[in-house]
Amino acid sequence: MTNSKRTPYDGVVIAAPVTIPYVRYSIESAQWWIGRALSALVAQAGIKASDIDGLCVSSFTMGTDSGIGLTQHFGLCVRWLDTIPLGGASAIAALRKAARAVQAHDADIVACVAGDTNHVDSFRLTLENFSRFNQDAVYPYGAGGANASFALIARNYMRTFGVTREDVGRIAVAQRANALRNPHALMKTPLTIEQYLAARPISDPIHLFDCVMPCAGAEAFLVMRDETAASLGLRAARLLSTIERHNAFADDPMQVRGGWAMDVGELYAMAGVKPDDLDIVQTYDDYPVITMMQFEDLGFCNKGEGAEFVRQHDLTIDGDFPHNTSGGQLSVGQAGAAGAYLGLVEGLRQVLGTAGPTQVKNAKLGLASGFGMINYDRGLASGAAIFAGPSR
Amino acid sequence: MIDPIEPPRRKNPLLRTRLPTSPPRPRSRTSHGFTRAAAEGRFMLQRCEACGAFAYPAREACPACLSAGLAFVDAPRRGTLLAETTARVPSDVYFRERAPWRIGLVRMDCGPTMVAHLHADCAEGAPVLMSFQLDKSGQAVAFARPEGETPNMADDRQWREMTADPKFRRVLVTNGRSVIGQEAAAALKAAGAKTVFVGVAEPWRPFAGEKLLRGQEGIEVVTLDAADEKSAADLAADIGGKVDILVNTTEHVRPGGLLDRRGTSIARDEIDQAYLGFINLAQAFGPAMRMRGADGINNSVAWINILSVYALANWPAFGAYSASQAACLSLSQCLRAELRPGGVKVMNLFTGPVDTEWFQTVPPPKVAPRAVAQAIVSGLRGGLEEMYVGDVAEEIRQRLAANPKALERELDR
Repeated sequence: MTNSKRTPYDGVVIAAPVTIPYVRYSIESAQWWIGRALSALVAQAGIKASDIDGLCVSSFTMGTDSGIGLTQHFGLCVRWLDTIPLGGASAIAALRKAARAVQAHDADIVACVAGDTNHVDSFRLTLENFSRFNQDAVYPYGAGGANASFALIARNYMRTFGVTREDVGRIAVAQRANALRNPHALMKTPLTIEQYLAARPISDPIHLFDCVMPCAGAEAFLVMRDETAASLGLRAARLLSTIERHNAFADDPMQVRGGWAMDVGELYAMAGVKPDDLDIVQTYDDYPVITMMQFEDLGFCNKGEGAEFVRQHDLTIDGDFPHNTSGGQLSVGQAGAAGAYLGLVEGLRQVLGTAGPTQVKNAKLGLASGFGMINYDRGLASGAAIFAGPSR
Repeated sequence: MIDPIEPPRRKNPLLRTRLPTSPPRPRSRTSHGFTRAAAEGRFMLQRCEACGAFAYPAREACPACLSAGLAFVDAPRRGTLLAETTARVPSDVYFRERAPWRIGLVRMDCGPTMVAHLHADCAEGAPVLMSFQLDKSGQAVAFARPEGETPNMADDRQWREMTADPKFRRVLVTNGRSVIGQEAAAALKAAGAKTVFVGVAEPWRPFAGEKLLRGQEGIEVVTLDAADEKSAADLAADIGGKVDILVNTTEHVRPGGLLDRRGTSIARDEIDQAYLGFINLAQAFGPAMRMRGADGINNSVAWINILSVYALANWPAFGAYSASQAACLSLSQCLRAELRPGGVKVMNLFTGPVDTEWFQTVPPPKVAPRAVAQAIVSGLRGGLEEMYVGDVAEEIRQRLAANPKALERELDR
């Protein structure tokens, strides 16, 4: 069977990108962080909490709660509700679902929010209880967590395509330069390629600056129809296109490409743009090698040319390929499921012209991607979205 | 290539003994199909009964055809190491203490890819042989070795965590008066044990085979009557802190069941020797062994029981004896759970009738005591939990699995 042609996201807009600044450790709960994000959404959009009639939540550390518990917790009465446990792909998936909900008038204003806390032991518990395959067949093997699993993928990818640590390091170094302009980034000191290369090994070939720092934080945005945004006087970005894919290329012995590669043609066709047209790109950077993979799979270069691509481009805010302009998870921190939102929320600020110190001049067209759930030997979930600012 | 391990230095009694920790333990119920395989030293994977595809990790439906008919079957062990990594900063205490720890992703010739612990001599792109081993939590884990033999192969640091190799370890064989005890002592010594303590009750009384033990280098006769609580405690007070492997060879075989005996005196003897003797040994030596599960190269690693296979199904001709063995089998499961926090394995070695005096009237095949001794060594080297020695034991195992009622009827003749 061939897939049918999808209907466009006409009239769907995204507004009020919100970031609750991250902290390394928090004694607050995930619910507290999500509450702060909802509060900030309401304040930024100038609406009442009761105007929110749709809610979509992602979190690893809510304990026994899901979205339904949060409705009562936060006094929200909604007519559309979802809880998305897709890790790094949660934001794109949330956006896709919310977009269709508002388009079909199942809801008028959907709050998409992700937040996680980070107690001293919560990251280890997340690793230990990540999935059944992980529990049965990964975690008992050295308990290296995602670092070890991605190390295997990185090692195979780097060997297969002749990629060096220095190539991969360019991505991390550029993001740190971006992060120095973001007052909320947890990493506040410059990073040179020499420092990157000299970092201590964590799980070869993954070294310290290939890893994200687990932290607490929250991110959120609102999805609505353009007439709703107009009636509220809200500046909003138009959703042009999305893709989502799970468990792609299951026959590849090891992961050298993500699900984007299956759907990338549709991504650009639906948006009616080419990769070159994009002003800013926000990839899911749980490890820089995964970002390099996305440069290939999202059509910026061919498979195997990712290293050459990063050698040829300047990935900083003022460069020719502004990428992960907030500093990304590598330099801002990874607040659990909020890490999925970080790129999209920053991308929205960019096309809305509200990114402040990290603003790319005249950014109008953006792409954000997500990647998540290393259930066993590979990341299963992938997604991407293209969106445009009001001036385009 | 790996260097041979060095003989451990004498322990400094003033230093704190490092306490054992356990690797991550939770598993799905289906995943315990691998535990069963590991316990017996088999390599089994799930295979779809409908389409023939192999699957891993443990699943509830075939990823190729969605059939629920996924049976654990013996599977080809060969694969290729696709990629490796060395975890240097694990998030779990057990692995953090043992870091750097090397793992890899292996593509099996039969299809699935498996995350596995790696022997140090495994190389990327090269073939490996996979096995399931029981780790220090007693749970099954996949372990990849090079396809061929390599120098000092068994000395690999990660492999030794999975096994109970007697090399450089000190062993207590509890009954030196039995032929099995004597053969076991010799085999363990030959396998590289540093010292084999051999328990003998009333050692001033001469016994057959005494010269195999006395005056042999590395073999030390000690006074032990396992059925006597004080004797067991006295010996433990003396050597309890240096028993790394305990081989319970307590043996008390008497024919007869219920109706042709008068009273309980013989049964009481059987219980005293086998069951209460086991309890005495466990209480005397178990606590120190559990504490010493991470005590260096010669940490305590294993407790072995030599049990009659009729512990699994009663043989009326030796009916009361079978029952005493069944009691010991049950107790061994309790001991396994209680020693588990120390990472100490409990291995049961099931035999059919052994070629000794008390089975004089039983027709062959009978198990040679030397075969039992060799099985002890190979079981320790493989880190097994269940072994069946000899044709009778293997047959009982298979017949019990096939139809316990048929076995019960057939043993009554």
